[in-house]
This record gives sequence, C-alpha cells and structure tokens, in this order.
Amino acid sequence: MKRVPITGGKMVLTEDGQALQTRHLGFTISPHEECGVEEAVRIVEAETGEVVVLALGPAEAAEQLRECLALGADRAIHLRSDEEWDPQATAGAIADAVRAEELAGGAGPFDLIVFGNESADTGNYQVGIRVAYALGLPVVTGLKGLALADGRARCEQEVANGRDIYDVPLPALVTVKEGLNLPRYPSVPAKLRANRKPLETKAVTPPAARLQKLRLVVPEGQGKQAEILGRGPDAAPAVVLVMQKLGVA
Amino acid sequence: MNVLVLVEPDDELSLQAVTFARSLGGELHGLAVAQADAPVDVLHVAEIDGSYAPGAVAATITQLIDRLDPAAVVAPGSDRGNEVLAHVAARLDLPMAANVTEARGDEVTRQRWGGSLLEEARIDCDLKLMSAAPFAFTTGEGAGAAAAPARIETFVPELTPADTAVRVVDSVSTSTGGISLADAKVVVSGGRGVGSSDGFAILEELAELLGGAVGCSRVVTSAGWRPHADQVGQTGTKVSPDLYIACGISGATQHIAGCKGAKTLLAINDDPEATIFAHADYGVIGNLHEIVPAIAAELRKVRET
Ligand SMILES: Cc1cc2nc3c(=O)[nH]c(=O)nc-3n(C[C@H](O)[C@H](O)[C@H](O)COP(=O)(O)OP(=O)(O)OC[C@H]3O[C@@H](n4cnc5c(N)ncnc54)[C@H](O)[C@@H]3O)c2cc1C
Ligand SMILES: Nc1ncnc2c1ncn2[C@@H]1O[C@H](COP(=O)(O)O)[C@@H](O)[C@H]1O
Repeated sequence: MKRVPITGGKMVLTEDGQALQTRHLGFTISPHEECGVEEAVRIVEAETGEVVVLALGPAEAAEQLRECLALGADRAIHLRSDEEWDPQATAGAIADAVRAEELAGGAGPFDLIVFGNESADTGNYQVGIRVAYALGLPVVTGLKGLALADGRARCEQEVANGRDIYDVPLPALVTVKEGLNLPRYPSVPAKLRANRKPLETKAVTPPAARLQKLRLVVPEGQGKQAEILGRGPDAAPAVVLVMQKLGVA
Repeated sequence: MNVLVLVEPDDELSLQAVTFARSLGGELHGLAVAQADAPVDVLHVAEIDGSYAPGAVAATITQLIDRLDPAAVVAPGSDRGNEVLAHVAARLDLPMAANVTEARGDEVTRQRWGGSLLEEARIDCDLKLMSAAPFAFTTGEGAGAAAAPARIETFVPELTPADTAVRVVDSVSTSTGGISLADAKVVVSGGRGVGSSDGFAILEELAELLGGAVGCSRVVTSAGWRPHADQVGQTGTKVSPDLYIACGISGATQHIAGCKGAKTLLAINDDPEATIFAHADYGVIGNLHEIVPAIAAELRKVRET
C-alpha cells in the first residue's frame, strides 16, 4: 500500500521541481490498494487468518497504515525511508520484507499477496509483477473480481467490454483495481482498535535508482477559460445551440 | 540499430506505440502474437498456442531480444502492454519506464498521475524498456509509416510450462447492450453536486435524449450512488466523447485525467470559481437540478418544431 497526496484541482511543484508541494494537502491510501486491503479483510473475515499490510514510505506513511488497520487489517509493517524509490528497488525491498516475514512467522508463505495495478502517483505498472517473479509466484493483474476456493484463485481481469478469467493455484500474487469492491468507512471503534494493533517499523535505504527521476514538470494546461453560456435554466437554449453545432443534439 | 515494438491486433494504442518506436530511429521490428498489421520494417509473427498468457508473450520478447539485440523494446501503454513489458523487465531485471511521452537518448519524459504530471527521468541501461503513453502519439498517414510493406517472419518461441501457467481460461461479456461509457458520443456526468442516487434521474433522462451514457465522479461511487463502472477519471474509465457534460463536478485533476480526451467539455456548476471552468469550453453557472431538466425540455421543444 502506498501513501499518496490528494492533489485536488491543480498540481503545484516545490521550487526545485523535485516533488509536489504537499504542505496544504491531505494524504490517502492509493485507491487501488484501498480496495486491495478491503478484499483481503473480507477474505479473512469469511475464512480465518491474518491480514498484514505493508508500506514503503516516509514516517508519515504510518497514518495510512493505521487507516488500513482501521479497515480491518491485523498488523502493519512499515519500511521507512524519506527517499523516493524507483520501482525496481521498491519491488526488491518489498520482496525482501515478504521473505523475512515468511521465515520469521513460521506460518509458511502468505496464501495471497495483493498489490494495486498501478500506484496513483508514480504509475509505474510493475512493482507487483516484479515481486511475483522475485518470490516465484503466479501473477494476475488488473483484477475487478476475485473468488478463492479449494486452494485456487479465480480472477476476473477487466478488458474492453468484459472480463478475462484466470484460474491460478495459491499461493499467488494479484494486482487489483478500484471497483473490485466498495471499501468500508472505518467505524470509530475500529479506528480506536487500530491504534492498539501492532505496527512494526524498519528503516531502509534505497540502492541507486535505475529509473532515476531528474525533475517533475506540470504539463501545459490547455489555457482554457470556459465561455459562459448563461446563468440558471435560462441558459438552456444557448446550450442546445451548442449541441446542434456539435452535431449531438 | 534495431527497435522492437509489441503490436496487438486491432489496437489503436499499438499503432501509437509504433509511431513512438519509429521515432527512435533504426530498423523497426514488430512482434505480433496474433494476426496483426503494423507499419514496421519486419513483422515477427509469433506462433503461441492457446489463449493469452502474459508470460508466454514476455518469453517471446526476451528471445527476440537475444536475436535482435535491440536498443529499445516498446509496448503500447495499455494494461496488456504495460503488463507484458513489466514481465520482461522482471525476467531480465532491467529498469522499465511506463507511459513515456518522449525519449531523448538516456532520458525520457513519462506520465505520472494518469497524465496530470510529467516526470523527466534517466534510464540507467542500454536496453530501454518503454511503453508509449496513450494518445501522446498520432497514427495514420505520415506518422510511423514504413517505406515498404513489412517483411513477415514467423517466429516460434521456446516456451516452458511456467511461461503459460497463467493464462486466460474464459472470457465473459459485461456489455449491457446499452451505450458503453468508453464509446459514448455524449457523456452526461454527475458529481457530489447531484446530491443523491435519485438525483441522477435527470442526468439519465438527458443522456437518453442525446443517445449518450451517464458518468460520475469518485465521490459519487464512494457514496454508493452509482456503480464504479460509471466512474470517470484516473482510477475509473477514460472517455473521449464529442461532448462531456460535467454537472456538479469540481474538476479535480484525477477526474480531468479521465475526461480530457473529450472534444468539447460543458460544465454546469453553481460555483463560478470552480476549477472545472478552467478545463471547460462552455459553462453554465447555477443549480444543476434546475438547469439539466431545462436543457432536456429545450431539446424536446426544438425537436418538435
Ligand atoms: C489517487 C486518487 C485518484 C482519484 N481518482 C478519481 C477518479 O478516477 N475520478 C474522480 O472523479 N475522482 C477521483 N479522485 C477524487 C478527486 O480527487 C476528487 O475528490 C473528486 O473528483 C471530487 O468529486 P466531485 O467533483 O464530484 O466533488 P466535489 O469536489 O465536492 O465537487 C462538487 C462540485 O459540485 C458543485 N455543486 C454542488 N451543488 C451543486 C448544484 N446544486 N448545482 C451545480 N453545482 C453544484 C460544487 O460547486 C462543486 O464544484 C481521485 C483522488 C485520488 C487521491
Ligand atoms: N512504496 C510502496 N509501498 C508499498 N507498496 C507499493 C509502493 N510502491 C508501489 N507499491 C505497490 O505496487 C503497486 C504498483 O506500483 P507501481 O509499479 O509503482 O505502479 C502499487 O499499487 C502498490 O500496491
């Protein structure tokens, strides 16, 4: 799960062009992953087991990990770093953490590892697939539906006008998209419980980036200022004229 | 110098990827897994049995990389293109840049935030793995054109059971018979300003009159007023209608990421300062609950006369 800013109406950069100016912004769980956490929690609620949530990010990412705990995850692992990691290094750190957890836990491998299809901010479309290869797991991407039965995962992947179905044995790694489910709003007691759930922190440092960010650029806007057709319902004739001009009326 | 580009059949984004790949120079090699046509110099048609398996396509690409020693491998910026390329990157442990809009030697410009922000980055590797950002490259005449028809070569990859272990076993249609959001010529979209699930009745009526589809913002899907399939935006559907009507939508970058492909954007909002007006071609200021039915009534009136 990745912590990302809620950017609102406009992207504003820091003076050095290295980051978004986030001083006045809120932060959230990257949306695809929020659905991933919800799905994992529902699976464990219906069966038994444990949901572990993991984030690589700055100290403040603990806030989003707590949100995941409030959504129903049982415990959290925070790989803490203020640096920006490239996707290859991110995958390496996550794979290492999963392996360490599987060794230490004694419960054996995770049955299911869930990623977002792409992170909301950097959109690299690769971390989950890289982790699957590192761990030797089958991987299905872009899920809008998931059902587990008899040690297998039936995965529905969104394609144009439909779904492609995959059927893979567990353990498996899947990447999911928003729309897989409708995440719950955590209740106040759930939030209070979240504060008492275990959150383990480990400081990590990135290797040299192989996809190295040089600078960020805000794309040129279209420089538009809407032509105001009117105020209130009286504008309807002007709107219909526009529709006729566009050939859609 | 060789460049290898993945082309999927009947896929506009693949043709855009060809345009991008062509701009890199050198001899352009295409890889088609099914029958596909593309303006490349050499088209390798891979014989892979059975349904789509991302690992099999990735294995084919790595084997073609061994044979052609390309300077770059380009994939379309579709879910499938990015998926296959990420498999290749994982297999070879190489960096990959998704949704690239421009390449200059070792440097690329790529999209973040669904295109609302750009990143300039350096790829630390001789072999560049890049997907082409959707709608950043033109196709058709002139763009990406080859001098002569492609030379077709059959390529038979060596595949292991692991390469095909994950594959499509079935497909289901989600088409409801109606006009799909992605293909609609008119989209009437509602945001928080619509106020409730019932509030969408007037948007549905207008959409029906225009032969269009209803869309919505994420606030609306999160509230459970509409299904996620209706959501327009970075984490929803990307639409490109002739007319997009945004009703009670503020114009957050993540929403705009999904509707900036519209030819014309009309915003209806009661806040004259709303960001949406900076993205719109036309605006009406006021209460959508009065304006939308008035537009529908006016349309009916005009059609009757
Ligand atoms: C990573 C990430 C991904 C996201 N992905 C998406 C996405 O895919 N799609 C998406 O839409 N959002 C997405 N969002 C959310 C986005 O940031 C905004 O929160 C959301 O788009 C706002 O929805 P809205 O415009 O309906 O609501 P608001 O921002 O609350 O705007 C409501 C608007 O309605 C107007 N209004 C109110 N009443 C009336 C009335 N009676 N008549 C006329 N106007 C009225 C108000 O003036 C206001 O401008 C994402 C956010 C993040 C962080
Ligand atoms: N810093 C991170 N911490 C935890 N998970 C991450 C991080 N970066 C990426 N991921 C996961 O990998 C997915 C794909 O990311 P990306 O390849 O960057 O698009 C995301 O949706 C997350 O599930």
